[in-house]
Amino acid sequence: MILKVENITKRFGGLVAVNNVSFEVNEKEILGIIGPNGAGKTTLFNVISGIYKPEKGKVIFDGKDITGLPPFKIARLGIARTHQIVKPLNELTVKENVMVGACFGREYLDLDSAEKVAEDVLKFVGLYEKADLLAGKLNVPEKKRLELARALASKPKLILLDEVLAGLNPVEVMEMVEVIKKIRESGVTILMIEHLMHAIMQISDRIIVLDYGQKIAEGKPEDVANDPKVIEAYLGDPELVLKLTKR
Amino acid sequence: MKSLSWLIGLLIVIGAIPMITHDVTLRETVFIILMYIALAESLNIILGYTGYVSFGHIVFYGIGGYVAFLMIQNYGLNIIPAMILAGLFSALVAYCLGLAILRLRGAYFAIATIGVNEAVKALITNLEQVGGAEGIYFNIKVYSAYGGAEHAIWLSYYLMLAVTIAVVIVSWFVKKSKFGLGLMAIREDEDAAITLGVNTSKYKTLAYALSALFPGMIGAIFFFKNGNIEPESAFHLTKSIEMIFMVMLGGFGTVTGPMIGAIVYERIRGFLIVSEMFKALHIAISGIILLLIVLFMPRGIIGFVRDKIPALRRFVE
Amino acid sequence: MLDVWIDSIISGILLGLVYGLAAIGLSLIWGVMKVINLSHGAFIALGMFTAYFLFAFGLNPYLGVPIIFALGIILGIAVYFVALHRIIDAPELSTLLSTFSISLFIIGLGTFVWTTIPYAIDIHVGSISIGNITILGTKVIAGIVSIILTILLYIFLYRTKTGKAVRAVSMNRVAAELMGINTTRILALSFGIGIALAMTAGALIATIFPFTILSGGVYELKSFVICVLGGLGSPIGALVGGLILGIIENVITLQIPTGLVPFIEFTILVAVLLIKPSGLLGGEV
Ligand SMILES: Nc1ncnc2c1ncn2[C@@H]1O[C@H](COP(=O)(O)OP(=O)(O)O)[C@@H](O)[C@H]1O
Ligand SMILES: [Mg+2]
Repeated sequence: MILKVENITKRFGGLVAVNNVSFEVNEKEILGIIGPNGAGKTTLFNVISGIYKPEKGKVIFDGKDITGLPPFKIARLGIARTHQIVKPLNELTVKENVMVGACFGREYLDLDSAEKVAEDVLKFVGLYEKADLLAGKLNVPEKKRLELARALASKPKLILLDEVLAGLNPVEVMEMVEVIKKIRESGVTILMIEHLMHAIMQISDRIIVLDYGQKIAEGKPEDVANDPKVIEAYLGDPELVLKLTKR
Repeated sequence: MKSLSWLIGLLIVIGAIPMITHDVTLRETVFIILMYIALAESLNIILGYTGYVSFGHIVFYGIGGYVAFLMIQNYGLNIIPAMILAGLFSALVAYCLGLAILRLRGAYFAIATIGVNEAVKALITNLEQVGGAEGIYFNIKVYSAYGGAEHAIWLSYYLMLAVTIAVVIVSWFVKKSKFGLGLMAIREDEDAAITLGVNTSKYKTLAYALSALFPGMIGAIFFFKNGNIEPESAFHLTKSIEMIFMVMLGGFGTVTGPMIGAIVYERIRGFLIVSEMFKALHIAISGIILLLIVLFMPRGIIGFVRDKIPALRRFVE
Repeated sequence: MLDVWIDSIISGILLGLVYGLAAIGLSLIWGVMKVINLSHGAFIALGMFTAYFLFAFGLNPYLGVPIIFALGIILGIAVYFVALHRIIDAPELSTLLSTFSISLFIIGLGTFVWTTIPYAIDIHVGSISIGNITILGTKVIAGIVSIILTILLYIFLYRTKTGKAVRAVSMNRVAAELMGINTTRILALSFGIGIALAMTAGALIATIFPFTILSGGVYELKSFVICVLGGLGSPIGALVGGLILGIIENVITLQIPTGLVPFIEFTILVAVLLIKPSGLLGGEV
């Protein structure tokens, strides 16, 4: 077990975005998080990565209580993340973007070593040809890869992926899924939020489902998919029902 | 390294001309150009690298000016230690201030820095111990320690040249360092930077302190040479904006940009003030030029050149 | 002694209303456009001179208010299209500098034409006396005009279709655009109204104090303090902030040297920004 989330509650004013959620992530597994829009998935990531302090509960990483630590400390302990809404450092080159991850991440490298790592990671995610381009000039799928590359460059033990497949075409989705599998093979634990059901069902070892901030189901992909509570939650969101039934 | 050698070479050439020709008018012009370069490069560290709009940056120049002036006047300190002390004091003020106001982002930070400058100005204007609104004048004897006023002026000139070279070297190394990469990450997206592991508050505060260090020293030299200091000229908000103007004109976030910006700005200003036709209207014309740059050349001269001639990109940092 | 206090407080309230008027302009511009208008002071000064020349041509400055207001709207819209439209989505540094460049332009021209010697509007409307307290009529009228304009602005913002569009844009420009609001028009109009408020406030101040082309700067800085007190982007906050500042200014000068007022004002500004950046009375338009 690498990450343990205990009874996390996060409120925004009157809104309870994450409500008493607990779960564990085992080393080297892929744990998927699904749930309708607004279920609190991104907020949960923000709590784990230290952007928000939870009102209640604890986050234990690698046996250490990291609740309320500033995000940069959490990053250095070995949790990296991507953002659902990409955050490229526009006026820096693609390579420099990735170097930021390598320089300030878990290994806290100097510039020269970071440059080498950045080049390797860019090759790994298939963005090497664009290394010297300004990040702002990339298209959205490329920016998603950049997010991933930056996170990987920090050599994390755990990586949080927030909808890295959203907005990609089927070919790009397949490529990205392959990359994610390779990441797992390299020994990194993955916690991923995804809307694309067929992809996450196929790739995850286990899945947890959030709805209105609460965890409503947890288990193997096929069990979760057949859970009446999950189906009900998704019925409230026609768009997602479509996604569920599409393939 | 190549681009740095060019810049330093250029500075030395510019700086050496008045020494060789012993032309006093030229020395005054170059003194001002050097001062502008050093101020613009300093501001660039917080504005250009880190993306924080320090609108009242001149406050550090004023503070440094007062600290050195009082040290020299009251305790007979030599200008060189006084200058170093002034720089360190300004940096310290910026550090402490930064811990508080760098939590503010965007326009809020800009307004706070204006507020700080105006508050300090009003305070000094009302402190009779430091001369109040009238300011303070050196005792004639002060310069005799340096072999007379003329020697003191030359000394100021050498010091300004040295400080300017130091600022450019520091800017260059900061830009090329891991520290600089962290600052630029903050500039581009502070939230992304902190999740990538950048200790943003520490970096911002250090950048702010560093960008205040040299203005403190420059204020010390300027007012030492001037022989008089008063709040209105030490904390003149327009000077702050001139600094921003030079950074923008040259191209912010680059090392060469603020240097070019400062030189061009000084030339434009010199031209406007000397020209019979424009003299009276020079402020209005500056306004128009500033507007044109903001609207049509937001990356400044360097950005413009880099866009047009990509081959030059490797040589201009 | 009590009389002196009451006198100061009343003066403070009346001036505070006028300061508040200028600050509402600044606040509206920030709220709708997310632009810190560094040309505010220049337009305040321009309002002063406009009132002066209208008066010189025999027009009562109070009757001139609608003219000055209209002129402000026109100038503001023009400035929007010249200096702001292109860069409205650029980082804040761009709009800070472009509005500052407008300020340089106005002040540069103004200095050229009018130099920096003081002007004054020599208007007498008597004064009001209650017991030992005498309040200048110009202050009273300035205060009243400010209140009327503030009320009109509120009616505009809350009761008219265009006003509602202004509020919609200030809450969320993208959403407003999607709802079919022509945001460019609204942004231009808002800047126009903001400038009109600045110029009108300038005109009212000019009936009370002597002024130069540089005087606007002082009131611009006061507007900042007021807006920060009341919460940037909140017109009602600006009004209340104006009252607070007006009173503080007039009352503390009974105790401490006038020269220290700016120090206190700016210390308040920085302190409020740090403690509660949304302003003590923070809120939306
Ligand atoms: N910073 C915030 N302030 C206020 N409400 C927020 C904030 N972030 C998220 N929320 C709200 O919390 C809820 C959960 O959002 P989020 O975690 O983004 O959902 P998901 O990622 O599952 O789609 C939503 O109702 C959203 O509007
Ligand atoms: Mg989300």
